[in-house]
Amino acid sequence: MLLGPNGSGKSTLIRCLGTALRPHHGTVHLGGHNLWEERAALRSRIAYLGHQPHLYDDLSGPENLSVWARLGGYTPDIPALLARVGLDPDRRDPVRTFSAGMRRRLALARILLKSPNLVLLDEPFTALDPAGRLLLMEVIRSLQDSGATLLMATHHPSVARQVCGSALILDAGKVVYSGAIDGMPESVMGAS
Amino acid sequence: MLRQTLHMLGKEMLTEWRQRARISGVFWFAFAIVLMVAFATPNSAVLPQVAGGTLWLGLLLASTRSLDQSYAVELEHGAMEGLMLWPVDPIAIYYGKALANTLVLVLVAFALLPLVIAIFDAPVVGNPLNLIVIVLLGCMALAAPGTLYGLITSQARGSSVLLPLLLFPLVVPAVLAAANATTKVFEGDPMEQVPSWLALLTAFDIIFWSLSGIAYGKLLED
Repeated sequence: MLLGPNGSGKSTLIRCLGTALRPHHGTVHLGGHNLWEERAALRSRIAYLGHQPHLYDDLSGPENLSVWARLGGYTPDIPALLARVGLDPDRRDPVRTFSAGMRRRLALARILLKSPNLVLLDEPFTALDPAGRLLLMEVIRSLQDSGATLLMATHHPSVARQVCGSALILDAGKVVYSGAIDGMPESVMGAS
Repeated sequence: MLRQTLHMLGKEMLTEWRQRARISGVFWFAFAIVLMVAFATPNSAVLPQVAGGTLWLGLLLASTRSLDQSYAVELEHGAMEGLMLWPVDPIAIYYGKALANTLVLVLVAFALLPLVIAIFDAPVVGNPLNLIVIVLLGCMALAAPGTLYGLITSQARGSSVLLPLLLFPLVVPAVLAAANATTKVFEGDPMEQVPSWLALLTAFDIIFWSLSGIAYGKLLED
Protein backbone atom coordinates (compact mmCIF):
# COMPACT_ATOMS: atom_id res chain seq x y z
CA MET A 1 0.00 0.00 0.00
CA LEU A 2 1.05 3.55 -0.68
CA LEU A 3 0.57 6.04 2.11
CA GLY A 4 1.32 9.68 2.70
CA PRO A 5 -0.30 13.04 3.38
CA ASN A 6 -2.12 15.00 0.69
CA GLY A 7 0.30 16.28 -1.94
CA SER A 8 3.00 13.78 -1.03
CA GLY A 9 3.09 12.34 -4.57
CA LYS A 10 1.02 9.15 -4.23
CA SER A 11 -1.21 9.87 -7.22
CA THR A 12 1.75 11.09 -9.28
CA LEU A 13 3.63 7.87 -8.60
CA ILE A 14 0.57 5.77 -9.46
CA ARG A 15 0.00 7.76 -12.65
CA CYS A 16 3.64 7.26 -13.66
CA LEU A 17 3.25 3.51 -13.10
CA GLY A 18 -0.01 3.55 -15.02
CA THR A 19 1.73 5.30 -17.97
CA ALA A 20 -0.60 8.29 -17.64
CA LEU A 21 2.41 10.49 -16.87
CA ARG A 22 5.90 10.46 -18.33
CA PRO A 23 8.46 10.59 -15.49
CA HIS A 24 10.47 13.82 -15.57
CA HIS A 25 13.49 12.03 -14.18
CA GLY A 26 14.51 8.39 -14.09
CA THR A 27 12.82 5.38 -15.61
CA VAL A 28 10.19 2.93 -14.45
CA HIS A 29 10.60 -0.75 -15.22
CA LEU A 30 7.91 -3.44 -15.12
CA GLY A 31 9.03 -7.04 -15.42
CA GLY A 32 12.31 -5.89 -16.95
CA HIS A 33 10.58 -3.67 -19.52
CA ASN A 34 10.99 0.09 -19.68
CA LEU A 35 7.43 1.14 -18.90
CA TRP A 36 7.33 4.40 -20.87
CA GLU A 37 9.23 3.14 -23.90
CA GLU A 38 7.08 0.01 -24.17
CA ARG A 39 3.85 1.50 -22.87
CA ALA A 40 1.78 0.54 -25.91
CA ALA A 41 2.43 -3.15 -25.32
CA LEU A 42 2.33 -2.99 -21.51
CA ARG A 43 -0.94 -1.10 -21.14
CA SER A 44 -2.98 -4.24 -21.69
CA ARG A 45 -1.31 -5.68 -18.57
CA ILE A 46 -1.87 -2.67 -16.31
CA ALA A 47 -5.22 -1.86 -14.70
CA TYR A 48 -5.46 1.67 -13.34
CA LEU A 49 -8.35 2.95 -11.25
CA GLY A 50 -7.70 6.60 -10.55
CA HIS A 51 -9.82 9.51 -9.36
CA GLN A 52 -11.70 9.61 -12.68
CA PRO A 53 -13.95 6.67 -13.59
CA HIS A 54 -13.16 6.89 -17.35
CA LEU A 55 -16.81 6.44 -18.33
CA TYR A 56 -19.23 7.96 -20.84
CA ASP A 57 -22.10 9.75 -19.14
CA ASP A 58 -24.63 9.25 -21.93
CA LEU A 59 -24.16 5.50 -22.19
CA SER A 60 -25.57 2.88 -19.83
CA GLY A 61 -23.39 0.62 -17.70
CA PRO A 62 -23.50 -2.34 -20.14
CA GLU A 63 -22.89 0.01 -23.09
CA ASN A 64 -19.87 1.55 -21.39
CA LEU A 65 -18.35 -1.85 -20.73
CA SER A 66 -19.21 -3.01 -24.24
CA VAL A 67 -17.51 0.04 -25.79
CA TRP A 68 -14.34 -0.41 -23.74
CA ALA A 69 -14.32 -4.17 -24.36
CA ARG A 70 -14.62 -3.77 -28.13
CA LEU A 71 -11.92 -1.10 -28.22
CA GLY A 72 -9.55 -3.31 -26.26
CA GLY A 73 -10.45 -6.46 -28.18
CA TYR A 74 -11.85 -8.18 -25.07
CA THR A 75 -14.86 -10.52 -25.11
CA PRO A 76 -16.12 -10.56 -21.52
CA ASP A 77 -19.41 -11.75 -20.09
CA ILE A 78 -20.68 -8.23 -19.39
CA PRO A 79 -23.79 -9.13 -17.33
CA ALA A 80 -21.62 -11.37 -15.12
CA LEU A 81 -19.04 -8.61 -14.75
CA LEU A 82 -21.70 -6.10 -13.72
CA ALA A 83 -23.14 -8.56 -11.23
CA ARG A 84 -19.65 -9.14 -9.84
CA VAL A 85 -19.37 -5.45 -8.88
CA GLY A 86 -22.90 -5.37 -7.50
CA LEU A 87 -24.61 -3.53 -10.38
CA ASP A 88 -27.84 -4.56 -12.06
CA PRO A 89 -26.94 -5.95 -15.52
CA ASP A 90 -30.41 -5.05 -16.83
CA ARG A 91 -30.23 -1.41 -15.84
CA ARG A 92 -30.26 0.69 -19.01
CA ASP A 93 -30.13 4.17 -17.48
CA PRO A 94 -27.27 6.39 -18.60
CA VAL A 95 -24.29 6.66 -16.26
CA ARG A 96 -25.14 10.31 -15.59
CA THR A 97 -28.00 9.06 -13.39
CA PHE A 98 -25.63 6.87 -11.32
CA SER A 99 -24.49 7.80 -7.83
CA ALA A 100 -20.77 8.35 -7.23
CA GLY A 101 -20.51 4.91 -5.62
CA MET A 102 -22.20 3.21 -8.57
CA ARG A 103 -19.83 4.97 -10.96
CA ARG A 104 -16.95 3.72 -8.86
CA ARG A 105 -18.27 0.16 -9.10
CA LEU A 106 -18.68 0.49 -12.86
CA ALA A 107 -15.16 1.88 -13.14
CA LEU A 108 -13.96 -1.18 -11.23
CA ALA A 109 -15.83 -3.44 -13.67
CA ARG A 110 -14.16 -1.55 -16.51
CA ILE A 111 -10.65 -2.36 -15.29
CA LEU A 112 -11.70 -5.98 -14.78
CA LEU A 113 -12.16 -6.26 -18.55
CA LYS A 114 -8.39 -6.66 -18.66
CA SER A 115 -6.48 -9.55 -17.14
CA PRO A 116 -3.86 -7.35 -15.50
CA ASN A 117 -0.48 -8.22 -14.06
CA LEU A 118 -0.32 -4.89 -12.24
CA VAL A 119 -3.34 -3.30 -10.56
CA LEU A 120 -3.02 0.36 -9.56
CA LEU A 121 -5.73 1.72 -7.28
CA ASP A 122 -5.74 5.37 -6.26
CA GLU A 123 -8.03 5.96 -3.28
CA PRO A 124 -10.24 3.03 -4.34
CA PHE A 125 -12.58 3.27 -1.32
CA THR A 126 -13.69 6.80 -2.18
CA ALA A 127 -17.47 7.06 -2.57
CA LEU A 128 -18.00 3.37 -1.79
CA ASP A 129 -20.47 2.30 0.90
CA PRO A 130 -19.50 -0.46 3.38
CA ALA A 131 -20.91 -3.14 1.04
CA GLY A 132 -18.94 -1.62 -1.83
CA ARG A 133 -15.75 -1.71 0.23
CA LEU A 134 -16.27 -5.37 1.06
CA LEU A 135 -16.93 -6.11 -2.58
CA LEU A 136 -13.80 -4.22 -3.63
CA MET A 137 -11.74 -6.24 -1.15
CA GLU A 138 -13.13 -9.46 -2.62
CA VAL A 139 -12.29 -8.32 -6.14
CA ILE A 140 -8.77 -7.34 -5.05
CA ARG A 141 -8.24 -10.74 -3.43
CA SER A 142 -9.40 -12.53 -6.57
CA LEU A 143 -7.01 -10.42 -8.67
CA GLN A 144 -4.17 -11.29 -6.29
CA ASP A 145 -5.14 -14.97 -6.47
CA SER A 146 -4.81 -14.74 -10.25
CA GLY A 147 -1.23 -13.53 -9.81
CA ALA A 148 -1.65 -9.77 -10.17
CA THR A 149 0.50 -7.34 -8.18
CA LEU A 150 -1.43 -4.64 -6.36
CA LEU A 151 -0.42 -1.09 -5.47
CA MET A 152 -3.03 0.89 -3.59
CA ALA A 153 -2.78 4.54 -2.56
CA THR A 154 -5.04 5.05 0.40
CA HIS A 155 -5.75 6.99 3.55
CA HIS A 156 -7.25 3.86 5.12
CA PRO A 157 -4.22 1.69 6.02
CA SER A 158 -6.19 -0.34 8.55
CA VAL A 159 -8.54 -1.48 5.75
CA ALA A 160 -5.83 -1.82 3.11
CA ARG A 161 -3.62 -4.00 5.33
CA GLN A 162 -6.14 -6.82 4.86
CA VAL A 163 -4.95 -7.19 1.27
CA CYS A 164 -1.51 -5.53 1.26
CA GLY A 165 1.70 -7.13 2.47
CA SER A 166 4.03 -4.15 2.49
CA ALA A 167 3.86 -0.39 2.69
CA LEU A 168 5.55 2.59 1.12
CA ILE A 169 5.14 5.95 2.82
CA LEU A 170 5.78 9.12 0.85
CA ASP A 171 6.22 12.64 2.12
CA ALA A 172 6.84 15.57 -0.22
CA GLY A 173 7.82 13.18 -3.00
CA LYS A 174 10.37 11.28 -0.90
CA VAL A 175 10.13 7.74 0.42
CA VAL A 176 10.15 7.96 4.22
CA TYR A 177 9.29 4.32 4.91
CA SER A 178 9.47 1.18 2.86
CA GLY A 179 8.88 -2.23 4.38
CA ALA A 180 6.48 -4.51 6.17
CA ILE A 181 3.14 -3.12 7.31
CA ASP A 182 3.78 -4.37 10.84
CA GLY A 183 6.90 -2.23 11.03
CA MET A 184 5.15 0.98 10.04
CA PRO A 185 5.25 3.92 12.45
CA GLU A 186 2.30 3.74 14.86
CA SER A 187 1.41 7.34 14.00
CA VAL A 188 0.53 6.22 10.46
CA MET A 189 -1.83 3.48 11.58
CA GLY A 190 -3.26 5.69 14.28
CA ALA A 191 -3.93 8.49 11.80
CA SER A 192 -6.34 6.28 9.89
CA MET B 1 -6.14 -0.82 -36.43
CA LEU B 2 -9.10 -0.85 -38.83
CA ARG B 3 -11.16 -2.81 -36.30
CA GLN B 4 -10.32 -0.31 -33.55
CA THR B 5 -11.09 2.63 -35.86
CA LEU B 6 -14.52 1.18 -36.63
CA HIS B 7 -15.22 0.52 -32.94
CA MET B 8 -14.14 4.07 -32.12
CA LEU B 9 -16.43 5.40 -34.87
CA GLY B 10 -19.25 3.25 -33.48
CA LYS B 11 -18.67 4.64 -29.99
CA GLU B 12 -18.66 8.21 -31.30
CA MET B 13 -21.89 7.73 -33.24
CA LEU B 14 -23.56 6.04 -30.27
CA THR B 15 -22.71 8.97 -27.97
CA GLU B 16 -23.81 11.42 -30.70
CA TRP B 17 -27.12 9.54 -31.01
CA ARG B 18 -27.63 9.74 -27.25
CA GLN B 19 -27.01 13.50 -27.41
CA ARG B 20 -29.09 14.27 -30.47
CA ALA B 21 -29.78 17.75 -29.12
CA ARG B 22 -26.11 18.50 -29.70
CA ILE B 23 -26.27 17.85 -33.46
CA SER B 24 -29.46 19.85 -33.73
CA GLY B 25 -27.71 22.66 -31.83
CA VAL B 26 -24.92 22.62 -34.42
CA PHE B 27 -27.49 22.69 -37.23
CA TRP B 28 -29.48 25.60 -35.77
CA PHE B 29 -26.26 27.55 -35.21
CA ALA B 30 -25.29 27.09 -38.87
CA PHE B 31 -28.83 27.90 -40.00
CA ALA B 32 -28.86 31.11 -37.93
CA ILE B 33 -25.69 32.24 -39.71
CA VAL B 34 -27.22 31.45 -43.11
CA LEU B 35 -30.35 33.42 -42.20
CA MET B 36 -28.33 36.39 -40.92
CA VAL B 37 -26.33 36.61 -44.14
CA ALA B 38 -29.53 36.32 -46.21
CA PHE B 39 -31.19 39.15 -44.30
CA ALA B 40 -28.04 41.27 -44.25
CA THR B 41 -27.57 41.09 -48.02
CA PRO B 42 -29.06 44.36 -49.31
CA ASN B 43 -29.63 43.32 -52.92
CA SER B 44 -31.66 40.13 -53.44
CA ALA B 45 -30.25 39.81 -56.94
CA VAL B 46 -26.81 38.87 -55.53
CA LEU B 47 -28.21 36.24 -53.14
CA PRO B 48 -27.55 33.29 -55.51
CA GLN B 49 -23.95 34.46 -55.91
CA VAL B 50 -23.28 34.36 -52.14
CA ALA B 51 -25.19 31.11 -51.47
CA GLY B 52 -22.14 28.84 -51.74
CA GLY B 53 -19.98 31.06 -49.55
CA THR B 54 -22.73 31.36 -46.95
CA LEU B 55 -23.24 27.60 -46.76
CA TRP B 56 -19.55 27.08 -46.02
CA LEU B 57 -19.37 30.03 -43.62
CA GLY B 58 -22.20 28.45 -41.65
CA LEU B 59 -20.53 25.04 -41.70
CA LEU B 60 -17.13 26.47 -40.75
CA LEU B 61 -18.48 28.33 -37.72
CA ALA B 62 -20.73 25.44 -36.69
CA SER B 63 -17.86 22.96 -37.03
CA THR B 64 -16.03 24.54 -34.09
CA ARG B 65 -19.07 23.91 -31.88
CA SER B 66 -19.30 20.33 -33.07
CA LEU B 67 -15.57 19.65 -32.65
CA ASP B 68 -15.45 21.31 -29.25
CA GLN B 69 -18.39 19.22 -28.03
CA SER B 70 -16.91 15.97 -29.32
CA TYR B 71 -14.05 16.44 -26.84
CA ALA B 72 -16.27 17.69 -24.01
CA VAL B 73 -17.77 14.17 -23.89
CA GLU B 74 -14.29 12.69 -23.50
CA LEU B 75 -13.33 15.05 -20.69
CA GLU B 76 -16.42 14.64 -18.49
CA HIS B 77 -15.15 11.65 -16.53
CA GLY B 78 -11.62 11.43 -17.84
CA ALA B 79 -12.61 9.15 -20.73
CA MET B 80 -9.86 10.68 -22.90
CA GLU B 81 -7.27 9.56 -20.34
CA GLY B 82 -9.02 6.20 -20.26
CA LEU B 83 -8.61 5.91 -24.02
CA MET B 84 -4.95 6.83 -23.78
CA LEU B 85 -4.33 4.13 -21.16
CA TRP B 86 -6.39 1.50 -22.94
CA PRO B 87 -4.68 -0.79 -25.45
CA VAL B 88 -5.97 1.24 -28.40
CA ASP B 89 -3.83 2.62 -31.20
CA PRO B 90 -3.93 6.46 -30.97
CA ILE B 91 -4.18 6.55 -34.76
CA ALA B 92 -7.40 4.52 -34.51
CA ILE B 93 -8.71 7.00 -31.94
CA TYR B 94 -7.96 9.85 -34.34
CA TYR B 95 -9.53 8.28 -37.41
CA GLY B 96 -12.58 7.12 -35.47
CA LYS B 97 -13.16 10.62 -34.11
CA ALA B 98 -12.35 12.35 -37.40
CA LEU B 99 -14.77 10.11 -39.33
CA ALA B 100 -17.49 10.75 -36.75
CA ASN B 101 -16.89 14.51 -36.91
CA THR B 102 -17.06 14.31 -40.71
CA LEU B 103 -20.37 12.42 -40.55
CA VAL B 104 -21.88 14.98 -38.18
CA LEU B 105 -20.82 17.85 -40.47
CA VAL B 106 -22.10 16.01 -43.56
CA LEU B 107 -25.49 15.50 -41.87
CA VAL B 108 -25.65 19.19 -40.96
CA ALA B 109 -24.53 20.19 -44.48
CA PHE B 110 -27.17 18.06 -46.20
CA ALA B 111 -29.85 19.41 -43.87
CA LEU B 112 -28.69 22.96 -44.58
CA LEU B 113 -28.25 22.62 -48.34
CA PRO B 114 -31.94 22.63 -49.41
CA LEU B 115 -32.61 25.55 -47.07
CA VAL B 116 -29.74 27.55 -48.58
CA ILE B 117 -30.98 26.74 -52.11
CA ALA B 118 -34.49 27.90 -51.16
CA ILE B 119 -33.56 30.99 -49.15
CA PHE B 120 -30.90 32.24 -51.56
CA ASP B 121 -32.90 31.22 -54.64
CA ALA B 122 -29.86 29.35 -55.94
CA PRO B 123 -30.66 27.71 -59.27
CA VAL B 124 -28.32 24.62 -59.24
CA VAL B 125 -27.41 24.87 -62.93
CA GLY B 126 -24.38 22.56 -62.66
CA ASN B 127 -24.23 18.84 -61.93
CA PRO B 128 -25.98 18.26 -58.56
CA LEU B 129 -23.87 15.12 -57.98
CA ASN B 130 -20.87 17.43 -57.74
CA LEU B 131 -22.54 19.02 -54.71
CA ILE B 132 -22.42 15.69 -52.88
CA VAL B 133 -18.71 15.32 -53.64
CA ILE B 134 -17.99 18.92 -52.59
CA VAL B 135 -19.88 18.50 -49.30
CA LEU B 136 -18.07 15.24 -48.51
CA LEU B 137 -14.60 16.59 -49.35
CA GLY B 138 -15.29 19.95 -47.68
CA CYS B 139 -16.53 18.37 -44.45
CA MET B 140 -13.53 16.02 -44.43
CA ALA B 141 -11.29 19.08 -44.83
CA LEU B 142 -12.86 20.71 -41.75
CA ALA B 143 -12.90 17.53 -39.66
CA ALA B 144 -9.31 16.34 -40.21
CA PRO B 145 -7.39 19.33 -38.77
CA GLY B 146 -10.36 20.13 -36.50
CA THR B 147 -10.11 16.77 -34.74
CA LEU B 148 -6.39 17.30 -34.22
CA TYR B 149 -6.72 20.88 -32.97
CA GLY B 150 -9.74 19.88 -30.88
CA LEU B 151 -7.42 17.61 -28.90
CA ILE B 152 -4.86 20.39 -28.43
CA THR B 153 -7.41 22.94 -27.26
CA SER B 154 -9.75 20.62 -25.34
CA GLN B 155 -7.85 20.87 -22.08
CA ALA B 156 -6.96 24.53 -22.45
CA ARG B 157 -8.88 27.28 -20.76
CA GLY B 158 -11.13 29.01 -23.28
CA SER B 159 -10.97 26.10 -25.70
CA SER B 160 -14.02 27.40 -27.58
CA VAL B 161 -12.04 30.57 -28.40
CA LEU B 162 -8.73 28.89 -29.05
CA LEU B 163 -10.05 26.26 -31.47
CA PRO B 164 -11.31 28.72 -34.14
CA LEU B 165 -8.15 30.82 -33.72
CA LEU B 166 -6.03 27.81 -34.63
CA LEU B 167 -8.38 26.14 -37.10
CA PHE B 168 -9.69 28.98 -39.26
CA PRO B 169 -6.38 30.16 -40.78
CA LEU B 170 -5.46 26.58 -41.58
CA VAL B 171 -8.67 25.63 -43.40
CA VAL B 172 -8.94 28.85 -45.46
CA PRO B 173 -7.79 27.11 -48.70
CA ALA B 174 -10.29 24.28 -48.22
CA VAL B 175 -13.19 26.59 -47.37
CA LEU B 176 -12.40 28.82 -50.37
CA ALA B 177 -12.24 25.80 -52.66
CA ALA B 178 -15.49 24.36 -51.30
CA ALA B 179 -17.29 27.72 -51.47
CA ASN B 180 -16.12 28.43 -55.03
CA ALA B 181 -16.95 24.93 -56.24
CA THR B 182 -20.42 25.13 -54.63
CA THR B 183 -21.05 28.50 -56.26
CA LYS B 184 -20.04 27.08 -59.64
CA VAL B 185 -22.50 24.21 -59.19
CA PHE B 186 -25.25 26.69 -58.28
CA GLU B 187 -24.54 29.15 -61.10
CA GLY B 188 -23.22 26.83 -63.79
CA ASP B 189 -19.61 26.15 -64.71
CA PRO B 190 -18.94 27.18 -68.31
CA MET B 191 -15.17 27.43 -67.68
CA GLU B 192 -15.13 24.00 -66.03
CA GLN B 193 -13.47 25.22 -62.84
CA VAL B 194 -15.17 22.74 -60.49
CA PRO B 195 -12.66 19.91 -61.17
CA SER B 196 -9.76 22.24 -60.21
CA TRP B 197 -11.43 23.20 -56.92
CA LEU B 198 -12.20 19.54 -56.24
CA ALA B 199 -8.55 18.68 -56.92
CA LEU B 200 -7.47 21.31 -54.38
CA LEU B 201 -9.93 19.93 -51.82
CA THR B 202 -8.74 16.38 -52.46
CA ALA B 203 -5.09 17.38 -52.06
CA PHE B 204 -5.94 19.21 -48.81
CA ASP B 205 -7.78 16.14 -47.50
CA ILE B 206 -4.98 13.74 -48.42
CA ILE B 207 -2.37 15.90 -46.68
CA PHE B 208 -4.34 16.54 -43.50
CA TRP B 209 -5.90 13.10 -43.16
CA SER B 210 -2.42 11.57 -43.30
CA LEU B 211 -0.39 14.07 -41.28
CA SER B 212 -2.98 14.62 -38.55
CA GLY B 213 -3.24 10.89 -37.87
CA ILE B 214 0.50 10.69 -37.27
CA ALA B 215 0.62 13.86 -35.13
CA TYR B 216 -2.38 12.82 -33.03
CA GLY B 217 -0.60 9.95 -31.30
CA LYS B 218 2.29 12.15 -30.21
CA LEU B 219 -0.05 14.90 -28.98
CA LEU B 220 -2.25 12.46 -27.09
CA GLU B 221 0.70 11.20 -25.03
CA ASP B 222 1.93 14.73 -24.27
